Amino acid sequence: MNAGDRILRVERLRVSYDHPLGPVRAVGEVSFALRPRERFGLAGESGSGKSTMALAILRMIKPPGRIDGGDVWLEDIPLSGLTDEAMRRLRLAGIAMVPQGSMNSLNPVARIREQIRDALADHGERLSRRAGELRARALLAQVGLPPEVADRYPHELSGGMKQRACIAIAICLRPKVIIADEPTSALDVVVQRQVMETLGRVQAELGAAVILIGHDMGLMAQFVDRLGIMYAGRLVEVAPIVDIITAPRHPYTRLLIESLPSLERKGELRGIPGLAPVLRELPPGCAFHPRCPMAQPRCGTERPAVREIGEDASVACHLA
Amino acid sequence: MLGYLRRNVSLAVGLALLGVLVVFMVVGALTVDTANAQPLSAPALQPPSWDYPFGTDRQGRDLLAVMVAGTPLTLRIGFVAGFIGVGAGAILAFTAAYYRGRVDTVIRSIADIGLTVPQLLVLIIIAVSLKGSLTVNQMAIVVASLAWLSPTRTIRSQVLTLRERGYVEIARLNGMSGPEIIFRELMPNLLPYLAATLVSSVSAAILASVGLEVLGLGPVEAPTLGMTLYWVNFNAAIINGWWWWWTAPLVVIVMVFLGLFFLTVGLDEIANPRLRRSA
Amino acid sequence: MHAIYVIKRFGVFLLIVWLAASLNFFLPKLSGQDPVRTKLLEEASLGGYVHAGIDDMVKQYQQRFGLDKPLWRQYLTYLGDMSRGDLNYSIANYPRTVAGMIGEALPWTIGLLGVTTLFSFVAGTILGALLAWPRAPRWMRWLMPPLWALHAIPFFLLGLVLSWLLAFQLQWLPIFGGYSAGANPAWSWTFVLDVLRHAALPALSIVLVSVGGWALAMRGMMVTTMGEDYVTFAEAKGLRSPTIFVRYCMRNAILPQTTGLALALGQILSGAVLVEAIFGYPGIGALLFQAIEENDFFLIQGIVFTVIVALGFTTFLLDVIYPWLDPRISYRRS
Repeated sequence: MNAGDRILRVERLRVSYDHPLGPVRAVGEVSFALRPRERFGLAGESGSGKSTMALAILRMIKPPGRIDGGDVWLEDIPLSGLTDEAMRRLRLAGIAMVPQGSMNSLNPVARIREQIRDALADHGERLSRRAGELRARALLAQVGLPPEVADRYPHELSGGMKQRACIAIAICLRPKVIIADEPTSALDVVVQRQVMETLGRVQAELGAAVILIGHDMGLMAQFVDRLGIMYAGRLVEVAPIVDIITAPRHPYTRLLIESLPSLERKGELRGIPGLAPVLRELPPGCAFHPRCPMAQPRCGTERPAVREIGEDASVACHLA
Repeated sequence: MLGYLRRNVSLAVGLALLGVLVVFMVVGALTVDTANAQPLSAPALQPPSWDYPFGTDRQGRDLLAVMVAGTPLTLRIGFVAGFIGVGAGAILAFTAAYYRGRVDTVIRSIADIGLTVPQLLVLIIIAVSLKGSLTVNQMAIVVASLAWLSPTRTIRSQVLTLRERGYVEIARLNGMSGPEIIFRELMPNLLPYLAATLVSSVSAAILASVGLEVLGLGPVEAPTLGMTLYWVNFNAAIINGWWWWWTAPLVVIVMVFLGLFFLTVGLDEIANPRLRRSA
Repeated sequence: MHAIYVIKRFGVFLLIVWLAASLNFFLPKLSGQDPVRTKLLEEASLGGYVHAGIDDMVKQYQQRFGLDKPLWRQYLTYLGDMSRGDLNYSIANYPRTVAGMIGEALPWTIGLLGVTTLFSFVAGTILGALLAWPRAPRWMRWLMPPLWALHAIPFFLLGLVLSWLLAFQLQWLPIFGGYSAGANPAWSWTFVLDVLRHAALPALSIVLVSVGGWALAMRGMMVTTMGEDYVTFAEAKGLRSPTIFVRYCMRNAILPQTTGLALALGQILSGAVLVEAIFGYPGIGALLFQAIEENDFFLIQGIVFTVIVALGFTTFLLDVIYPWLDPRISYRRS
C-alpha cells in the first residue's frame, strides 16, 4: 500500500498482554488503510480484538499490554515516532474517539459544556466563558442537541443524548479520523438510527474518515463503505460492504452473513457452531479451522497469510 | 498455601504478629506464675532484670506475669464482643437485605443513627450506670451492646450486592425458601468477607475496651492491658521515668492492633479479588 | 427540592438529639443507682462524715436535683431543661453548673480537633491521591508502609510514645496541660505560643495516625476511579495529565472520601477524648476523665449529651454540603 491517498494506515500492528502464564496476543499483524471520508467498519465477536485496535491506534494501550510491532500512520506521520506530548495533542485533534457514551464515558460531576471546554483548553484553545458557551452550543446544535444540554450533568441526559454529546466532543477540533467504538450498543433501535444519522452527517460535514467498531452486521450494512472482519485478533477479510454481503470470501464471513435473519426467507436460525477461541490458547494454523465447515488438513498446520485483492479487499484463507 | 502467603503479604504479616502473641501467651501460661500479676507480689518499681524480665510496677506486680495474664483477658473481651457483634450484625443484615421493605428501613436507620454517635461515650454512660466495677465478662457484654452496629451495615451492603446476582434469582425460582437461600447461597459466598468483618470487629471491640479501661472504667482487679495503662497514667509513669511499665503493654497492644489490621487487609484481598490487581 | 432535603436531614439531627437525651436519662435509672446517694456516700467514706443524717442530706439533694418527683415528670423536666441548655449542676463541683464547665472546656477541644481533623483530611487526601498517580515521584512509595502501620493504632498510644520521646527524653515539648501553670490566660503572643506548645503533642498524636488513614482511603478511591470509563475517554480526548488527575479522578474520588469523613467523626472524637485524658489537655476529654474519677454523674451525662449533639450537628452540616459536591444526589432520595 502506498501512502498516497490514504489518510490512516495501520500496518502489521501487533498488541500483546502479559499474563502470568505467558504473553497473550490480542491483535496480530493487522493491516488496513483508510481513504479520506471513507467509512470503514470493523466487526467481530467479543474478544476478537476490535476494541483493542481502537486503543492501539490512539496509543493508549497500558501495561500489562503493549504494542509489540507494526505502526500506524496518520497521513504521512508515523505515530510510533511521536513523543508522549505530541501524541496527546494528536488525540482528538487528529484522531478522535467516540466511546460508548450511554455508559459511563462522561465525567459525572462536570457539566457538558465544561467537558467540551476542557478538551479545547488542553489543546491550546483557551476561550472566555462566553465564547466557550457559544462554542459548546454550536457543537451541540451540530449533533442535534438543544442548547440547554450544555448546562446539564450527564446523569440528567438519556442514553442517546449522552452518546450524541460524546460525538460533539469528538468533533470539536475537526479531526481527520473518527473512531467510533460500539457507539450504539446499549441503545434501542430508534435511538440507534438517530445516533448513526448524526454520526454520518457530521462526518460528511467534516470530511473525516470513520472507523466504526461493532458486532451488529445489520448496522454495518447500513453505514459503512468497506468492512473488515476480525477473528481471534486477526483481520480475516476486508472488502466493500456489498461484496461482503453478496459474495463473502472467508468461511467465517460467510457463516456470519448466513446467520443474519432475513425478512424474506423463513427458515431456521443458524449460528456458528463452537466457541470463539481463548486467546491464550490459540489453535495451530488458522485460528478458525476447528469451527470451519471447509477445513482442510493444511488449515490446521499453516496459518494463512493475508492476500490482497485489488486495492480495497484482502482475505486470509487457504481456500479463498 | 505458602505460595499464597508470599503473594498476600498482609495476611502473612498479620498471621505472623498474632502467631507471636499466641506463642507468648501459651509459653507464658506454662512457665510464668500468674499469681504474680497481683499487687504486692514483688518489690515495687524494679527495672527489667533477670528475675523480673519486664520489671515491676508501683504496686508490686510482676509485669511479665501481668502481660501473660492480661493479654488473654483483653483478647477475650475483644473476641467475645466481636463475635457477638458480628453474629447479631449478620443476622440483622441478612434479614434486612433479604426481606427489604420496611424491615430493611428500620434496621438500616437504627444502624445509621447508632453509628453517628461516638461509641466510646455511650459505652461510658453504660459502664458508669452499672453498679460497681465491671468484671472482664461484663466488659465484653457492655462492648458487645454496640458492636453490632458497624457489621450490620457493612454486611448488609455486601449482601445487597450479592442479592442482585443471578444465582439468587435462580434459587428463588427453584422454590428455595428465604432462610434456605440465605444459608445455602449467600453465606458461602460471603465467608471471606464475613471473616474480614469479624477480625475488624474484634479489633474495634478491643479498642473500645482498652479505651474504657484507660479512663478507669474497666475491671479494676484484672491485670488487663488497658488497666495497666490506666495505672501508668495514674502514676505518671512517663514523667517518673519508669519506662518499662508502659513499654510492655504498649508493645503488646500495638502488636495486637497491627496484627488484626494486617489480617483484615489480607482477608479483604481474598474476599475481593479485584483489589489484588492494584499494587 | 433542595429545601426538603435539608429539612429531612435536620429532622434526623433532632431525632438524634432526642434519642441521646432519652438514653442519657433512662439508662442510669435501669440500674437503680442513685447518683446523688452514691456520691454522698463516697464523700462520706472519704471525709468521715457521720452516717446518721445522711438520709436527710440525700433528701435535700434529691429535692434540689429534682429526683423526688415521679418518673414521667422527671423526664419532662429533664427534656425541658435540656432544650434550654440547662444541664444541671455538677455533683462533685457544686455549685458549678455542668453547662458552665463544659463551656470552658469545649473551645479547647474544638480548637484541637477542628484543626487536626481538617489538616489530616486535606493533607491525607492529597497525599493519597498522589500515591495513586503513576506519574508521582517514586520516593513517595516509601511513605506507604509507615503510614499503614501508624494508622492502625489508636491516637493515645502514639501519644504515650511521643510524650516519652519528645517531652521526657528530648524535653522539646511540655508533657501536660493546656498551658503552663501560673500562666495568665490572655490574648497575648506569649500565651498563645504557650498554648500551641502544649497542644503540639496531642495534635501530633492525632495527625500522624489520621493522615495515614485518609491517605490510604483516598488512594483506594483513586485506583477505583482511574479504572472508570470516563477517565479512559478523558485520555482519548487528549487532556493533559494534571487535568485528568484533578478534574476527573480526584474530583470523583473525593465523594466517597467525604462520606468516609462523616462516618469517621464519632471515632475521631472518641480517640481525641482519650488523647486529652492522657495529656491533661483541658478539653472535653480531660473533663470527662475527671468526671469519671470523681463519679460526677451529671457532668458525665452532660458531656456525653453535648458531644452527641455537636457530632450530630456536624454530620448534618456535612450531609448538607454533600449535594454540592455530587450533583447526582439532589435528585435521588437519599
